[in-house]
Amino acid sequence: MAGAGGGGNDVQWCFSQVKGAIDDDVAEADIISTVEFNHSGELLATGDKGGRVVIFQQDTENKSQPQCRSEYNVYSTFQSHEPEFDYLKSLEIEEKINKIRWLPQKNAAQFLLSTNDKTIKLWKISERDKRPEGYNLKEEDGRCRDSTTITTLRVPVFRPMDLMVEASPRRVFANAHTYHINSISVNSDNETYLSADDLRINLWHLEITDRSFNIVDIKPANMEELTEVITAAEFHPHQCNTFVYSSSKGTIRMCDMRASALCDKHSKLFEEPEDPSNRSFFSEIISSISDVKFSHSGRYMMTRDYLSVKIWDLNMENRPVETYQVHEYLRSKLCSLYENDCIFDKFECCWNGNDSVVMTGSYNNFFRMLDRTQRRDVTLEASRESSKPRQVLKPRRVCAGGKRKKDEISVDSLDFNKKILHTAWHPQENIIAVATTNNLYIFQEKVN
Amino acid sequence: MISTAECAVDAQSLISISLRKIHNSRTQRGGIKLHKNLLVSYVLRNARQVYMNEKYAEIYRMQQYEEVMTVCNEIQELDPLDVVAGGAAADECEDAGVAEQQQCCAGGMAGGQASLCGAQPCSLPSAPEEACKTSETLFYRSCCAEPYPPPPPSPCDFSPAHCNKTTVLDLDTHVVTTVENGCLHQDCCCTPLQPCSSPSSKKRKVSDYSGCGYYAPELEDVSVDPAPCKRAKLEDCCSDCLVDLDTANISNLISIFGSGFSGLVSRQADFEQAFNGQFCSKQALASLGAWTRAIVAF
Repeated sequence: MAGAGGGGNDVQWCFSQVKGAIDDDVAEADIISTVEFNHSGELLATGDKGGRVVIFQQDTENKSQPQCRSEYNVYSTFQSHEPEFDYLKSLEIEEKINKIRWLPQKNAAQFLLSTNDKTIKLWKISERDKRPEGYNLKEEDGRCRDSTTITTLRVPVFRPMDLMVEASPRRVFANAHTYHINSISVNSDNETYLSADDLRINLWHLEITDRSFNIVDIKPANMEELTEVITAAEFHPHQCNTFVYSSSKGTIRMCDMRASALCDKHSKLFEEPEDPSNRSFFSEIISSISDVKFSHSGRYMMTRDYLSVKIWDLNMENRPVETYQVHEYLRSKLCSLYENDCIFDKFECCWNGNDSVVMTGSYNNFFRMLDRTQRRDVTLEASRESSKPRQVLKPRRVCAGGKRKKDEISVDSLDFNKKILHTAWHPQENIIAVATTNNLYIFQEKVN
Repeated sequence: MISTAECAVDAQSLISISLRKIHNSRTQRGGIKLHKNLLVSYVLRNARQVYMNEKYAEIYRMQQYEEVMTVCNEIQELDPLDVVAGGAAADECEDAGVAEQQQCCAGGMAGGQASLCGAQPCSLPSAPEEACKTSETLFYRSCCAEPYPPPPPSPCDFSPAHCNKTTVLDLDTHVVTTVENGCLHQDCCCTPLQPCSSPSSKKRKVSDYSGCGYYAPELEDVSVDPAPCKRAKLEDCCSDCLVDLDTANISNLISIFGSGFSGLVSRQADFEQAFNGQFCSKQALASLGAWTRAIVAF
């Protein structure tokens, strides 16, 4: 297939598949809350508000022929989290899956971490395609044989069976977070991971569930002095001692775990001064960072706030190296977006395999591809209307004001209930997964 | 869908929308979202600052008209020399007032007890200072009139027999203000539509305003004051909002956020015990500060 996912704009994107109900009436439990490819890209996991995880597997039969399209089919479905009730605080704990992170594969089984607001679970997904037959003491259906009827002994053998994929919870990491968990990130050492809530970040060992280390704590002594919360956190892809966390004030702090046990003091602070001419009632809200992602190279990181995507060079703290406007036409609509709560939407962002293109979602089921090398951007739409097999996606344009050209859509016609918050890019190929409210769209690069 | 008509970015409606969001967040599944409520409290604070600016400017404009008319009448009876002396004293007052104001601003922002709104010089480099600057000219008179020990009877007193009444002529803006008992108005005891009935009030020079904006500038650095430059009480802003919410809702909010709100609901009880505007406004302003602080103090 095409190089490591290069080129956003000479790439033409085609519809490949859509998963999920066609119903316009969306059940709340079906709302997709996270999307994540595994490290090889063969598996694609989604989590939803109902606490379920659905894993799709890429059909590899025809992979050797580049012109064949690989499809993703359901591989495993399981209930990861259930709703819980905290009796002490009289609070219901939502089962919604906030994040899924895959572990690098070490053996035949696959492992992933899934988390809701309070509890992280390690799931083992394994295949079973053989089963033992010929037991001496039990029948094939499991009933015990009457020992008096046994006259001979035989050795049980494995016989092939239909593939069965089993998901089993191997670890449950609970009771470590007072506030709502917003991020988990697996360390490059493959032994530890971090979990972050609004005020604290904890470091876990994958094998140990009854203990975690608190490495960041920004809770003030007096809660009335609270001015910012942690919004996202991630380990560096190669340096196992380094992680970053973003805040609601628009800052990113990089911490080095070698410096001290408690990383309240950052080793780097990334912050861009606010433009005073853009000051409004909602300045604090739109500067709050909703997602932070390291590039695959580890040299850059990307942050998403309400209106823009910023690329930061880890060696330069005082401003980002690149800033892209996602939907600047919304700046004059902030009051309405505040009223209908859309201004609180947390958009995610992702890198392509070779860090040349970044992608993020918007409203009206639009998503944006921002090509860093060619300094071009394109807006595409995930819709049922453009869902014919191999149909090429047409760039969309939003008219901010004035005369609306043909094929443009005006800002006031945008559907703010149709939002794309979660997107994922295959680590090696030009395959993207885009989650609308309750559907998962898979787009691929057009091959001739 | 966003309506085609851009909603009016009205500070007061933003305040009521924000309060409603905070109230609704209590019943949301999954518990109160700290991040979202923190952001809402920022909007609340921003809207409140704008609202108070607007209100005070409006009051000041109305008062200015009244005072100009009054002093015009009085000036006709005065020896010209007295006016000049009054102006000079006003200059001194002004300088002192400005210094005091800047001190208040700085102290408020850096104060150890700085509340949510006060303790963020970083993220809002322009706004609090701006607010300080714009309010400087509005507030300086109050500054000079109140926090310092009562000045000796100065030539700027038009009625030297009553040391608690000071009239100051601002030579820059040619505005005259009369301050009684250290307050611009004595009214925070009142509901918005009723005239003040505090037993110690003198006959007021300024007329009643219906519906809104009684302000008793609080000049001591109220340590809980989240907007140190704004001494004005936000009673009416909140009372307008509170009228929209049920009393039951308010009680619920109070029970969650603690006693910080008690001042707002039990205004009547406070008013009875307050002997002058200062005490009353301090309570109300302190409790208002508690609104924004307590919102995030889960």
